Amino acid sequence: MTDSHTEPFALNANTEPLALNANTEPFAINANALTRRFGTFTAVDAITFNVTRGEVFGFLGANGAGKTTAMRMLIGLLTPSDGSATVAGIDVVHDPEGVRRRIGYMSQRFSLYDDLTVQENITLFGAIYGLDDRTIRERADVLLDRIGLRHARKDLVRRIPLGWRQQLAFSVALLHEPQVLFLDEPTGGVDPITRRRFWELIYSTAAAGTTVLVTTHYLDEAEYCDRLTIMVDGAIAVTGTPGEVKATYGARSLDDVFLKLTRPSAA
Amino acid sequence: MASSGAVAALRGIIVKEARHVLRDRQTLIILLLMPLVQVLLYGFAIRTDVRGIRTVIVDPTPDASTRALTASFSASVRHELLAVVPTTETLERAFAAGTYRQAIVLPTQVSRRLARREALPVHVITDGSDPNAGNAMKAYAEAIIRRWYAESGGSSARGAPGITVETRMRFNPTMASANLFVPGLIALVVTIVSAMMTAVAITREKEMGTMEMLLVSPLRPATIVLGKVVPYAVLGLVNIGIVLSAAIVVFHVPVRGNMALLLAMCLLYVITTLSIGIVISTAARTQRTAMLAALGGLLLPTIMLSGFIFPVDSLPAPLKAISSLVPARWFLVIVRGIMLKGSGISVLWQETLVLLALTVALLTVGIRRLSVRLD
Repeated sequence: MTDSHTEPFALNANTEPLALNANTEPFAINANALTRRFGTFTAVDAITFNVTRGEVFGFLGANGAGKTTAMRMLIGLLTPSDGSATVAGIDVVHDPEGVRRRIGYMSQRFSLYDDLTVQENITLFGAIYGLDDRTIRERADVLLDRIGLRHARKDLVRRIPLGWRQQLAFSVALLHEPQVLFLDEPTGGVDPITRRRFWELIYSTAAAGTTVLVTTHYLDEAEYCDRLTIMVDGAIAVTGTPGEVKATYGARSLDDVFLKLTRPSAA
Repeated sequence: MASSGAVAALRGIIVKEARHVLRDRQTLIILLLMPLVQVLLYGFAIRTDVRGIRTVIVDPTPDASTRALTASFSASVRHELLAVVPTTETLERAFAAGTYRQAIVLPTQVSRRLARREALPVHVITDGSDPNAGNAMKAYAEAIIRRWYAESGGSSARGAPGITVETRMRFNPTMASANLFVPGLIALVVTIVSAMMTAVAITREKEMGTMEMLLVSPLRPATIVLGKVVPYAVLGLVNIGIVLSAAIVVFHVPVRGNMALLLAMCLLYVITTLSIGIVISTAARTQRTAMLAALGGLLLPTIMLSGFIFPVDSLPAPLKAISSLVPARWFLVIVRGIMLKGSGISVLWQETLVLLALTVALLTVGIRRLSVRLD
């Protein structure tokens, strides 16, 4: 995988004739005082942020900081208690189905069917997103070539190595050419080389015009993001490019920033 | 989503779920063999040969005719004639103690009644605590009495009062007969396959994280569920076919009513149990919980409260009330009606309506709860 690799993905932001999308809305994601409470516990506390189209946006925070909850509201798996958000120009509260049609999602748990073959998984998700057989076949070829897994299309998913499975799950999430791709800790439990490859995939996807929102708690990964936000106790502590964030806190690395934010006394 | 797209998506889910079922060979084999094994087990268990029935004859006025009957019972390989007593006084306690398992109670003046061709009421009291054995014992006794009656020159002319053998079961007033277990077995097997497997299949996706992938897709919850349950509905119907065929071929259980009506009712019941499976899956977080809920909350009532083993009429009032909520209870009445009595929908419409209402209620609850997504 090199940068000169021909990018297989259509720039769907340009080709999709969606009225709601072709308007002036410049942001792929727009969250406004988005809040989620579970009983008396406020998991996400009035977060406001924007993600520009084609950006790789990092969502950082300690475990339990609320980043997964925030993401679940954006993809329509959780109803916000308060506030609003649009994804790909669509309101997540009023038209969650419209949002779901325009997004791709890969969860931290491996989320393909391991008793189906690679091809069967691809066919299934293609059918779910209403793609016709030819489109599915063509895109599957491209996606599998990109991760070098074409030879394994008839293998059961459970028989291919974990690192590859993660890349496959990533590719399947792109099958319907979503405008926004949500990745929830996609590199959990994979080796450094695979992580590196994974980020190459993320970059080439963003370069093709797909907005990527990724949660992680690997701070070295956060350096790869165009912009990032750090959540602490359900609220956004800081947002900006990695350089801006470090400058704000006079820190040499994001590690230091993170420590200052999460354990002020220690820093 | 365009409707053709929705159909393609639905087909995609059905195909995927069918692959899950077909690739899990062990589970599939168990699911297909279990009904067969159960039919054979129940069938042959019911055919137990009963021997050495501890018998007492109550003969208030012994004479030549009654001595002939006593001799017949003594000679029977099935019976062990323990006593001939004049009154029924001690019978109650002796039955409770298990001293006797069968009592033949004769009227007075048997010879004179025979000679005058008067009515001859004979009572056969049988220990019904083991229903199948009880049934067999009853039949043996009746056969001996009727043969004796014919040999004693009893009237066989039409219109003559003749002999009346009145049988009474102690401890279990309505007897389960050899034909009665098949409807119950259908209910049992369908419950296991449809409800339990559906519940487990849906919770498995929750546990694995794949359900999230389906829920963030444009699919509606109802489409996801429909696609997932279709293969189990087919499996349930196949199992019904196996049970029915085995019952008809091996045990000659009759289907006196309309076969199409029977199959339609089976289909309705399959849908009922699928709905139960969906409801369970919306509540259970793990496959283990789903399995236990299906076993404890569903299988037990299906066996105990449906009339499969214990007649509903003999249940205590609170349990009887609960049994009205057990779909198998209504299904059993319907299937027994069609198979054994040849009843049609004009007789069974009430039970069918109840079953239909339960199904609609369950489906509504299940789909509504699923629509709440994964909050």
